[in-house]
Amino acid sequence: MLDLDAGIYAPYLWPAFAITGLVLGWMIVDSLLAARRARQAARARGLEDDWS
Amino acid sequence: MVSFLTNPRAFMVFSRIAAPVLGAATAVAMLWGLWLGFTAPEDYQQGDAIRILFIHVPAAWVAMFAYLCLGVASLLNLVFRQALADLAARACAPLGAGFTALALITGSFWGRPTWGTWWEWDGRMTSVLVLFLLWLAYIALRASIDDEARAARAGAILALVGLVNLPIIHFSVYWWNSLHQGSSTFGADKGDGLPAVYMTPLILMGLAYMGLFGALWLTRIRTEVRRRRLRAAALRDAED
Repeated sequence: MLDLDAGIYAPYLWPAFAITGLVLGWMIVDSLLAARRARQAARARGLEDDWS
Repeated sequence: MVSFLTNPRAFMVFSRIAAPVLGAATAVAMLWGLWLGFTAPEDYQQGDAIRILFIHVPAAWVAMFAYLCLGVASLLNLVFRQALADLAARACAPLGAGFTALALITGSFWGRPTWGTWWEWDGRMTSVLVLFLLWLAYIALRASIDDEARAARAGAILALVGLVNLPIIHFSVYWWNSLHQGSSTFGADKGDGLPAVYMTPLILMGLAYMGLFGALWLTRIRTEVRRRRLRAAALRDAED
């Protein structure tokens, strides 16, 4: 049974999960955006054709 | 056999498949772990605060594992001049800092209702704070030196010196009288281990965090490979 009622622990549980979501989300978005920028720049210079 | 670890071209071919596969496996493990974590019963002593452990303990595992990866990559760069090793070390640092910050913050949110304090200068917490400062120092040191080869060498030496902190983190709870409890997972004494109802989601979340670190690390190394290639091309253009 899913238990989302944290009772008196809610002020500790939910901020911990929220901050974790924010930090993990930032790491994912930052990594993917940087990867996309580098890939586009490399493609524009014609450096993407010989990887495979 | 291990050419994908040493040859940038082979690495790019390998990581193009490996990163999304790891990412997908991470999503499955994390959803499964969260489901089991929030369907597990409250702990009789910690109440719902025990669910914080499902995000705190894996963050601490990955923080230490990431630093070990930084140390190995730094050694390979310093001793064997591996082309990819320096890029791997550089790509690892922001992720390691992020996971270490999460270990500290979520640990604090768990400590307040369980121990009655947000922070205590005991061996475990202080040595993890030192780990976080090591990540920041590594990032700052590399950013402060323009010459890339010198920055890589200085960063590698700092990373290798910082490796001494890993056994201190692990054994701190045994060496000193610590508020932080000893292992309740793989190294737990008989009777101190977590029951399966908590251990299963914890392991799933641990696998998810490891998978996420792996997928993001591969992605960031790919970015570093491309950046280095772009820089080399720009230098060639400037010389022509």
